[in-house]
Amino acid sequence: MRELLELIEHDARRPVSEMAVMLKKSEYEIENEIKRLEKNKIILSYNTLIDWEKFGSDTVTAIIEINLTPQREVGFDAIAERIYRFDEVRTVYLMSGSFDLLVIIEGKSLKDVANFVATRLSTIEGVTATRSHFMLKPYKKDGIIIGDEEADRRLVVSP
Amino acid sequence: MTKINWQERLSPAVNAIAPSGIRKFFDIAAKMQDVISLGVGEPDFVTPWTIRESCVYGLERGYTSYTANRGMKELRDEIAAHYKRRFNFAADADKEILVTVGVSEALDIALRAVLSPGDEVLIPEPCYVSYAACTTLAGGVAVPVAAKIENEFRVTAAELEAHVTDKTKVLLIGYPNNPTGAIMTREDLLAVADFAEKHDLIVISDEIYGDLTYEGEPVCFAALPKMKERTILLNGFSKAYAMTGWRVGYAIANETISAAMTKIHQYTMLCAPITAQMAAVEALRRGEKYKDKMVAEYDRRRRLIYDGFNKMGLNCFEPKGAFYIFPSIKETGLDDNTFAEEILTAEHVALVPGSAFGESGKGHVRCSYATSTDKISEALNRIENFLRKRRR
Repeated sequence: MRELLELIEHDARRPVSEMAVMLKKSEYEIENEIKRLEKNKIILSYNTLIDWEKFGSDTVTAIIEINLTPQREVGFDAIAERIYRFDEVRTVYLMSGSFDLLVIIEGKSLKDVANFVATRLSTIEGVTATRSHFMLKPYKKDGIIIGDEEADRRLVVSP
Repeated sequence: MTKINWQERLSPAVNAIAPSGIRKFFDIAAKMQDVISLGVGEPDFVTPWTIRESCVYGLERGYTSYTANRGMKELRDEIAAHYKRRFNFAADADKEILVTVGVSEALDIALRAVLSPGDEVLIPEPCYVSYAACTTLAGGVAVPVAAKIENEFRVTAAELEAHVTDKTKVLLIGYPNNPTGAIMTREDLLAVADFAEKHDLIVISDEIYGDLTYEGEPVCFAALPKMKERTILLNGFSKAYAMTGWRVGYAIANETISAAMTKIHQYTMLCAPITAQMAAVEALRRGEKYKDKMVAEYDRRRRLIYDGFNKMGLNCFEPKGAFYIFPSIKETGLDDNTFAEEILTAEHVALVPGSAFGESGKGHVRCSYATSTDKISEALNRIENFLRKRRR
């Protein structure tokens, strides 16, 4: 049910009763459908997008490009798993192009992240090179513009 | 020195038309905090970025001149291609299509091109506020034909027939309809087409909400059998592509009428703004998927607001197009103007009284669902609250 997923993806807190009306289904059907989507791990989790910087948190985000030597049978998967199991690692993608894994890390400080890369990532067998890029300012995340100032400029009443 | 009576010196045609009934509510609502407005006749979406960006790019490259009177050739070609694709309807981009400053201008010059003083224009009501006013300004006589809620605000050939005289020259229809949300099916329109042919009328068909049709396929009146030559088709980008402020629309009509309209347009407007025309080209080339997304969202909101009014027990028919719902508020014992004023004062919800859209809109209010679902839900709560207090 693509339309239901699109509604939830945009706003997971939308009441079931409202979605039922909007999608011409009963509340029971919507609830069951959501349960099914959760069970089948199509809905993976309900997250909240937070502007941590605005809140005052000063975490550091780094994007790390990693080159690997693939292993027999498992290719990149085993090393990827060794990497994505770390709590510090927020995102891992296998990439085409000049590097193999794109890893996004969050840490308390520059030093913290640098230390993690040097002692934990670079030392994994099969990792042949890493390049770290520190994120300076987020403009848009997961389709949401951060600090978007586009407002409703319409007249209150119009024909 | 005697004071000059300027009112008397104004054109009688201007004095004959009343200012739009919407204005008063705008003035009150604009001063209030915390108003939820269901009174807005335009999309809440901002124009899709690809369209805005193409206009910026055009400006950067120095597109700041006049265009051809009829509009940029690229735009007219895109409009022709769009109608061919969508309705298998062929229009000559050089002779039959005119790009205008919104449908508002197109409507004005269409009426001015065809009306002689005293010619009658049949106008199914409730309808958009400018139909009757533009008819009067063009020297014509507006003849309202009341559409009925029992018939889902569709007008029938029999109702039209009852108002025909030997002066009737034009039939002016606008479906999907502002303010009722009514649509006319193909069968409904075929009956109207037969009627137009029988009385040899020119049909002006305002299809600005055509893409916002939620049940069945949109029908293009000009594309019905034998209707092309007698139809002046009006459309634009404002509603479907969320481009109200750009002011760009178009008219498709037979070569003679189109040339006549172009003549008025060239002396009064010269051309539509080039920036808006460039944006319109982008809308037709790459705007479809954004449009579809917006239409799907309006449709979901439509169900939400219809459900809400139904639960309140207001007599309300299910709108099938545009982004308005038109519940009857007769059971409250208030007339629509008082209802709109009281609900604005008491609950801070702005609605538009139905009588702003003609006599037959009396006893109804127009609510626009071109606003977020949060606001729709909150507005519904407030309206229900208002009704509960009155019913006690």
